[in-house]
Amino acid sequence: MSEPILEMRRVSKSFFSIKALRDVDLTVYAGEIHALMGENGAGKSTLMKILSGAYRPDPGSEIRIDGQPVQISGPLGGRAAGIAIIYQELSLAPNLSVAENIYLGREVSRGGLLAREAMQAGAAPILARLGADFTPQTQVASLSMGQRQLVEIARALHARSKILIMDEPTTALSAGESERLFALIRQLRAEGLAIIYISHRMDEVYALGDRVTVLRDGTLVGSLDKAQIRADTIVRMMVGRDVSSFYKKEHDPGARPGAPVLAAVDIADNSRVKGCSLTVHAGEVVGLAGLVGAGRTELAHLIIGAAPMTSGHVEIEGRAVSIRTPGEALDAGIAYLTEDRKALGLFLDMSCLDNINLAVLGRDAKFGGILDRDKARDRARRAFATLGIRAANVGVPAGGLSGGNQQKVLLSRLLAIGPKILILDEPTRGVDVGAKSEIYSIIDNLAKSGTAVLVISSDLPEIIGICDRVIVMRAGHIAGQMRRDATSPLSQEEIMALATGTEQLDA
Amino acid sequence: MPDNGASAKAAPTAPGLAAAQETRRQRTRAIVRAVGMLPVLLLLCIGFHVLSDGRFFTGQNIGIVVQQSAVNTVLAAGMTFVILTGGIDLSVGSILAAAAMAGLIVSKFPDLGPLWLPAAVVTGAAFGILNGGLIALLRLPPFIVTLGSLTAVRGVARLLGADTTVFNPSIPYAVIGNGALTLVPGIVSIPWLWVIALLVILVSWLVLKRTVLGVHIYAVGGNESAARLAGIKVWAVLIFVYGVSGLLAGLAGAMQAARLYAANGLQLGQSYELDAITAVILGGTSFVGGIGSIWGTLVGALIIAVLSNGLILIGVSDVWQYVIKGLVIIGAVALDRYRLQGSART
Repeated sequence: MSEPILEMRRVSKSFFSIKALRDVDLTVYAGEIHALMGENGAGKSTLMKILSGAYRPDPGSEIRIDGQPVQISGPLGGRAAGIAIIYQELSLAPNLSVAENIYLGREVSRGGLLAREAMQAGAAPILARLGADFTPQTQVASLSMGQRQLVEIARALHARSKILIMDEPTTALSAGESERLFALIRQLRAEGLAIIYISHRMDEVYALGDRVTVLRDGTLVGSLDKAQIRADTIVRMMVGRDVSSFYKKEHDPGARPGAPVLAAVDIADNSRVKGCSLTVHAGEVVGLAGLVGAGRTELAHLIIGAAPMTSGHVEIEGRAVSIRTPGEALDAGIAYLTEDRKALGLFLDMSCLDNINLAVLGRDAKFGGILDRDKARDRARRAFATLGIRAANVGVPAGGLSGGNQQKVLLSRLLAIGPKILILDEPTRGVDVGAKSEIYSIIDNLAKSGTAVLVISSDLPEIIGICDRVIVMRAGHIAGQMRRDATSPLSQEEIMALATGTEQLDA
Repeated sequence: MPDNGASAKAAPTAPGLAAAQETRRQRTRAIVRAVGMLPVLLLLCIGFHVLSDGRFFTGQNIGIVVQQSAVNTVLAAGMTFVILTGGIDLSVGSILAAAAMAGLIVSKFPDLGPLWLPAAVVTGAAFGILNGGLIALLRLPPFIVTLGSLTAVRGVARLLGADTTVFNPSIPYAVIGNGALTLVPGIVSIPWLWVIALLVILVSWLVLKRTVLGVHIYAVGGNESAARLAGIKVWAVLIFVYGVSGLLAGLAGAMQAARLYAANGLQLGQSYELDAITAVILGGTSFVGGIGSIWGTLVGALIIAVLSNGLILIGVSDVWQYVIKGLVIIGAVALDRYRLQGSART
């Protein structure tokens, strides 16, 4: 580990008058996993786009690969320099086969005809090396997200890339798939590849990172060696201030147990949810944990009437209620924050003002339907102030905001209703660290004021940090639950054991 | 440090600056959108005025232009509601014909005569609600449903008059078709057709921008699934917009009938839906829904009317008028898209 494989010196990038990157240094060695962290907008993706050749750095920047200065230009420049990037949204053609995807843009032909057999033969050993359980002939559309990622990696290996950049690779993966990916990344490290790993998730950086580099506001904050990697240090570097309690939990339902507010009694949809019961009390934050695909979101959709229930019923404050549409759920006092805020939550073209007020427009209206614009503006401004939403003004379209601010806009819409029950589905997905801790504090305050909160999350440290009780789902059933008390904190291992089923723990 | 929320408001840094520039860009974009095709309309007017040796900007000619644009403006207003939800209504021409037939038939009954106007409007609304019901409740694609009613309602229009032309030279309220509202006697008067069209635009603007329903229409067009999860009754919004489109097609039918003292189920309103859609698109309303304004639609309808009128004034042959109109429409929208590049979507 003497000679760095990649050296970036004083790399800057400006767009017109704005400096997106300012004199950033990054040194990566072969055979290391180098985690790159920073809030959204810190400059991580700009840096990566410079490496891929999508952006040209400002004059004075210097990039060396194997000690040689290089100019990376054009989308093929990064590939030519031995750099491969695996983006969050995978860039595979689902209608083509695995082999065709691996050879995409470098197809082998004989006499003008596509040499399919040669490509399949060439792809097979790479897939074998990665331990893939599918053949080169398989159509990508039929693969899971984890398997698709293998294809991406195979494509990078096939191009003889020496530096592999992975941008939040586990976002779409289940826990088991993530574990397999980690094993593979370690194997690639052992084979001598340099891996730049971008992630928001502290546990992944713990598990994988040999070194961590943190960016903030386009500048380099610093790099840490393995021994120095500590969550609070990294968070402080990312946020630029001391986050004394990242997970805020001051409410205590144990002191004053509230009445059961929401009860689901044996509800099922005959496919993904197979007879689940749960209760949430006033002033309590309950976590709903489980693997991706365990049926947690589907269960939430049944409760709020977004999908039809085939059996069971929902009780609110002890009384059975009939909820057939999300509108009726809102009337009954249940608000639901979707996990997919762009597709199911926000109206990206509409202003933050309209997005925040949407659910209460009817309640606020004058003469049965005329908008009360003053009230709406006041409410939006208040939401901006109390939730710390950062945008130029309440009139800008929600689509232009960062992930964390979008999430807070969506949350403001729900809070405007003043719900008795709040169901939050992955409330901090794609949200930067600063906004995360603000969202935790909002949840905590809601619980303090007596709202019953159900949090669906795949981020176990988050569930353990903010919840009073955790319910674990596995394959459409409630696998078990555990309560936090003074003597025994919630344990990540126990939750995983319930979520995977002990017999599958080795997976 | 319990007060994380307050201390999180960092000093303006690179992202802060980026946000400021983004705001500026959005403001420019908003102005460009609001002004929209107005410059094109003005350029066309001036161009025709010059090319026709000053015959365009005369009181009489302007009166003809607005009168000719009135029916299309009313249809396009209804079409704006539909397209804002991401839908389409191909049946407005046929509904116009059926409503005009129904109105004329009612007008011939001695006792019911004055009721012909509401009869036409209600007929239109009924067909519109039928469209909306099929689209909202059976979840059929709008294109297919209204393509079907384009044909079926045309048949109904012909059936109503036993496939003949119905005349009524003494139809009540004929003044709305041919009369004018005199503002300054002998100098300024506005055709009633144009007064109705402007009122329709004004009411549409009020509904779209000042009511809860209006926000819900934009929301359904912007993201239907999110609208459903947000508790909006999407089905009711859809029935409303197709109902409005039908109702306004009925009103347009009444306007046409009052102007002609007659209606023919086969010919009336043929391919009017295309002009209405063109006006909406020229006005900058997004074809996938969620973005657009009723004022843009008014400008779009005027561009079509000015184009027809101006090409006749400068003596372009009928055949070439078609070619030029088509090219201007494509060119104008291309220009619009080019200017708005970088906005969320077109």
